[in-house]
Amino acid sequence: MRRFDEQLAELNNMMLEMAALVEKTITMASQALIEQDTKRAKNVIAVEADVEQKEKEIESLCLKLLLQQQPVAKDLRVISSALKMITDLERIGDQAADISEIVIMMNGAPYAKNPEHISQMATATVKMVTESIDAYVKKDLKLAKSVIAYDDVVDDLFDKVKFDLIEMIRSDGKHGEQSIDLLMIAKFYERIGDHAVNIAKWVVYSITGKQA
Amino acid sequence: MKFSISNMDLFYGDFQALKNINIEIPANEITAFIGPSGCGKSTLIKSLNRMNDLTEGCKITGEIFLDGENIYGNIDVNALRKRVGMVFQKPNPFPMSVYDNIAFAPRTHGIKSKFKLNEIVEKSLRDAAIWEELKDRLKKSALSLSGGQQQRLCIARALSVQPDVLLMDEPTSALDPISTAKIEELVLKLKKDYTIVIVTHNMQQAVRISDNTGFFLLGELVEYGDTQQLFSVPANKRTEDYITGRFG
Repeated sequence: MRRFDEQLAELNNMMLEMAALVEKTITMASQALIEQDTKRAKNVIAVEADVEQKEKEIESLCLKLLLQQQPVAKDLRVISSALKMITDLERIGDQAADISEIVIMMNGAPYAKNPEHISQMATATVKMVTESIDAYVKKDLKLAKSVIAYDDVVDDLFDKVKFDLIEMIRSDGKHGEQSIDLLMIAKFYERIGDHAVNIAKWVVYSITGKQA
Repeated sequence: MKFSISNMDLFYGDFQALKNINIEIPANEITAFIGPSGCGKSTLIKSLNRMNDLTEGCKITGEIFLDGENIYGNIDVNALRKRVGMVFQKPNPFPMSVYDNIAFAPRTHGIKSKFKLNEIVEKSLRDAAIWEELKDRLKKSALSLSGGQQQRLCIARALSVQPDVLLMDEPTSALDPISTAKIEELVLKLKKDYTIVIVTHNMQQAVRISDNTGFFLLGELVEYGDTQQLFSVPANKRTEDYITGRFG
């Protein structure tokens, strides 16, 4: 294998590592949210620092490859897509940390109602992020497009959460603060879904050369 | 279209160097030909001003039209070469003064007026972006110039007969990066007034300056189209393999 192909394989591995870290932040943040586990929520913030570190390493490798190899065609698309995707991955990590901070602030106060739709949003967004990176590594156009389409599921769940929270406030005004916290959390998940869509769109570009 | 080439085959004796070439070269654009050594790209540009006529055993079939006129029909080849100038890989100034290098072709074409020749020399050197460097050295030997200056002088010499087309066969492969950058800037300026066809092994150069690129392999035109498109989403796998260095 020539040196450039080895470097591209290394880039793929690093993307997988960064994606695994990001998945870990969302999964941990979601568990912390459901179980009201502030200790786990604090750990998310530590993992998020690793995500940022990995972003810098990938950025540095991509810039080195652009300089050294002056890539064209598929190679250029793969490297430029990676550079764009890591920004979205890093933002997902940030949003998982933001969710965790709210969990820490809520400090274990019992939920007025089981946040089942938020829990479903968590599962859906983890799936989107995982599949978008799988699509990148396996160059799977169909999977990338299915991630883009799946955003509607997350958006529908967000609407359900809003409806649940309106009902919660309406039933008892004292749930106002918790409702707003949960609304922010749901909004962070909705944004995570949008970032996964961005990643999937860059996957489409890296495979086809056309912006989705 | 400046050139329209259709069903062109070229043979050197029994060897077929170009196979069924069909290509349209637009006016006032830069068209780059890329491909591995021996793929036929230089052979093709040499066919555009019938330089291949000078090669023994060279036979061409098919048609090449310049502004609608078949250049392999009954035409004046000297007039064709006046319209279609050429610059080579290695700068090849004549062993004479800067001035005489530029004035040589106009004199050959019968221009005798000193005033007119002065005008042509200045305009050609200005167009080749080298007037400021050479205006006080017009009587100096062209061989005393640097490689980059010699190449721009050769471009000025090609411009001295006011051609329509400039063919460039790897014009910067013998030059340092600064001289290369000056030639590239110059080529970009010249396309306003000239049609430029350039053969290059430097793919980044093709990306930087050309509007259209043709990829040649074993005498075939594998792919031809918009440069940005060809280098970002090549349509043919052989193009992709070549430009990404995975050829063979």
